[in-house]
Amino acid sequence: MPDSNQVYLRIENLTKHFGEFVAVSDLSLEINSGEFICFLGPSGCGKTTLLRAIAGLDPQTAGRINQAGKDISDLPVSERDFGIVFQSYALFPNLTVYQNVAYGLENQRLPRQEIHKRVTDLLELVGLPEQIEKYPAQLSGGQQQRVALSRALATSPGLLLLDEPLSALDARVRSSLRLEIRALHQNLGITTILVTHDQEEALSMADRIVVMDQGRIEQVGTPIEIYSNPASPFVADFIGVMNFIHGEVTSPGLVSIEEKTLKCNTENIPEKSNVRVTVRPEDILCHSELIESPNTLEVKVKSLEFLGSFYRLFISGPTGFEELMADLSIKQVHEQNITPESTLNIELPTNRLLIFPEIS
Amino acid sequence: MSGTVSLPANVVPVRIRLSRDDVILRIGLFCLITLLAIAVVFPLYTLLSKSLEDIDGKYVGLQNFREYFETPALFSSITNSLTVAISVALIVLVIAFVYGYALTRTRMPLRWLFRGIALIPILAPSLLAAISLIYWFGNQGVLRSWLGESSIYGPIGIIIGSCFWVFPHALMIIVTALSTADARLYEAAEALRTPKWRIFFTVTLPGAKYGILSAGFIVFTLVITDFGVPKVIGGRYNVLATDVYKQVVGQQNFEMGAVVSLILLLPAVLAFIADRWVQRRQIALLSPHAVPFQPKSHPLRDGILFVFCLIVSIILISMLAMAVYASFVTFWPYNLSLSLKNYNFDVMDGGGWEAYFNSIRMAIYCAVFGSGLIFFGSYLVEKARGVTWLRTILHLGSMLPLAVPGLVLGIAYIFFFNHPENPLGFLYGTMGILVICTIVHFYTVSHLTCLTALKQLDPEFEAVSLSLKSPVWRTFGKVTLPVCLPAFLDVASYLFLNAMTTVSAVVFLYSPETMLASVAVLNMDDAGDIAPAAAMALMIVYTSAVFRVLHALLARFINSRTQVWRTR
Ligand SMILES: Nc1ncnc2c1ncn2[C@@H]1O[C@H](COP(=O)(O)OP(=O)(O)OP(=O)(O)O)[C@@H](O)[C@H]1O
Ligand SMILES: [Mg+2]
Repeated sequence: MPDSNQVYLRIENLTKHFGEFVAVSDLSLEINSGEFICFLGPSGCGKTTLLRAIAGLDPQTAGRINQAGKDISDLPVSERDFGIVFQSYALFPNLTVYQNVAYGLENQRLPRQEIHKRVTDLLELVGLPEQIEKYPAQLSGGQQQRVALSRALATSPGLLLLDEPLSALDARVRSSLRLEIRALHQNLGITTILVTHDQEEALSMADRIVVMDQGRIEQVGTPIEIYSNPASPFVADFIGVMNFIHGEVTSPGLVSIEEKTLKCNTENIPEKSNVRVTVRPEDILCHSELIESPNTLEVKVKSLEFLGSFYRLFISGPTGFEELMADLSIKQVHEQNITPESTLNIELPTNRLLIFPEIS
Repeated sequence: MSGTVSLPANVVPVRIRLSRDDVILRIGLFCLITLLAIAVVFPLYTLLSKSLEDIDGKYVGLQNFREYFETPALFSSITNSLTVAISVALIVLVIAFVYGYALTRTRMPLRWLFRGIALIPILAPSLLAAISLIYWFGNQGVLRSWLGESSIYGPIGIIIGSCFWVFPHALMIIVTALSTADARLYEAAEALRTPKWRIFFTVTLPGAKYGILSAGFIVFTLVITDFGVPKVIGGRYNVLATDVYKQVVGQQNFEMGAVVSLILLLPAVLAFIADRWVQRRQIALLSPHAVPFQPKSHPLRDGILFVFCLIVSIILISMLAMAVYASFVTFWPYNLSLSLKNYNFDVMDGGGWEAYFNSIRMAIYCAVFGSGLIFFGSYLVEKARGVTWLRTILHLGSMLPLAVPGLVLGIAYIFFFNHPENPLGFLYGTMGILVICTIVHFYTVSHLTCLTALKQLDPEFEAVSLSLKSPVWRTFGKVTLPVCLPAFLDVASYLFLNAMTTVSAVVFLYSPETMLASVAVLNMDDAGDIAPAAAMALMIVYTSAVFRVLHALLARFINSRTQVWRTR
């Protein structure tokens, strides 16, 4: 693997305007050599815009981009070093699979045999060695995407840009291609940026995730960090499922929610301020008998949703806790014989509660 | 305030350096804009300034216009032109709508045949209809008695003749509008137990509304700017188009010709603007999820429509057939034996066979150079990166010719290229000016055809090619052009056919060496040689028909070779 502490791509104060609209604003980011980075965010948050600015396809309004130690901010697309794959694949419909993959190599005027070897190697790598003479329209979506990937990799670019490459595929093909792209990345060690609005995709593939909202970075971190330590309510809500409870810090370590008081870590949050306490549904514990702990509540089950490997319970407790979700294993639901209208004792474990100041 | 947010004062905006490709494309844009300026804008400007001058070239303001409106003989042409154009538009719209409805919304038998027959007039110059009418209803016509007291030479003849040649133009637009029906609307209406007549008025007609309007504007413009038909059969009924011709060719009164052609430009421009407006509406109407409509059989309705289409087809065919027959008759109406005497063009005035071969040469030049140039232009408009304003200018420039009637273009060319100080004056009287004028005359429709084809390409092809370091011309040649080849051939064929049949622009620009077949038809008719005129017009029809067949074969061959990828 390439030295992962070496910065390969540095984006400084990048801003992109479309007329009056600011699509990316003053964004800075560093990407290490050989990293697999995902840009994740809701639709319209500027992911594609940022990617296209890096490629030079839609140049930024202001800001610098430095790739491999070289300032590329004002270079035209054709002088930058990257391979790109689009959601639509953009395979040339009148060229065969072979001709598509060889397209970039022919521009480098390599000898015929060399091109042939490289193309067949690549198609072997993505598992399409027999489809060489077919036209794109004769391939399935997944196969087309693999061809697009080989075409982007053929010229051995230093940076691979993928704009929602999997979103046009059905779920099964998507998850197998996810693994393949990941494996390909391990194999080649090429610095890769993948744009997606699918959090599962980002969590399962990325070394680091860049969560974006409204043209700004909300958080950068490994999938685990992002999931278990979201830096803002937005990230907490966007990644995974989250319960939000409104309350007020009464004294250090204590948050009051109407009649109830929860114990939790209130570091860096002044007293008397309004806060949101968050907890993931899978972190809520469910006890069969009452136990003595400050963070327990008696709640009523409103409904259950079966989600395959677990049940999601919609529960309602005292004032302030009217709408909560808790995920329980199938086994537990059966053992405790939980049905709608049952009453439960739940615990919100102190070390699983994250609190955010309320934005007024 | 302008519509952009400004950056903080200390931030430097980024300007991307131009790559070689960018430079090439920009030069291309620049060249095409210059070409269009020389071939369209400057001539129109010269025309405008000419209308404000007297014979000696002195500026006289609106004097010529005042004179025009004070001459009742000239002024009455405006009402005549409007009467004719509006009547034809109404008649043709009704017939074409019913005909188009039968073709697209019923299971009537022989629809393919009726569709083919309806396209016959496109193969012929507009003059042919008028000539044929003379043989049917003229003073020595076969069916002269049908008209009773009235004469075919006048508004009746102009209206019938115009209906014939504009019919396919209206039909094609209406058929397109009717074939984009969304079956779901009909299913919904039927599920609500809507009566058939009500479905027709609430679903069918509104869906085709914009198509019908658009067809109306096109027909109106075609008729008001055509001078072939009124020239041959108009008698003493003056219309704007014949006035222009008479002022310029007959009386050499160029200033008054300029005035009349500007007056002619006005309705054409208005119709053009209205049509653009309508087209924009039309696009919004189409939903990408539409389910194609499959007509059901309905014997009574289909039967009635079959009879209707049969009658229309018989009329269309009889117009052509009479011209064919008359062209072989030795001496109408005294010696009805058949001979090839009328095809012996070399012994007649009007340019002889050379005119015919000139026409073919010109049509080939137009097809070859025109399609290449127009495709390149539309490629620049659609695909050049950045420089939006240059692309917009080129696009507007490409749309402009549609608003300019051929006659007006022809006169403007006389003024512009014949101007003693114009360095391009050497073009005057050559084949070159005929080719340029014809390409410009039919530029817009071709441009739009190419643009539609280019818009269907994935917009990321260029981005991918750039990332693969492919020079722009390589992608153009290896991907863009091959994928758009069918549209490219359509444009070449369109230019060829129109170059063969056009009269209006070239009639002012030919010289004795570059006489054209369509102009020869006009001149022979003028000289009273109606039968040879019919024969020459038919030579155009035969050639166009052969060319269409060749085009169809070639298109099929190329499709089978290069478009394999379209099939799964
Ligand atoms: N060419 C453009 N002109 C004007 N606004 C644009 C243009 N391209 C993008 N935008 C706007 O910029 C914002 C960011 O767009 P972008 O395509 O980067 O979103 P995204 O994060 O990729 O979203 P998605 O997940 O839907 O692809 C959007 O609000 C979009 O409307
Ligand atoms: Mg996007």
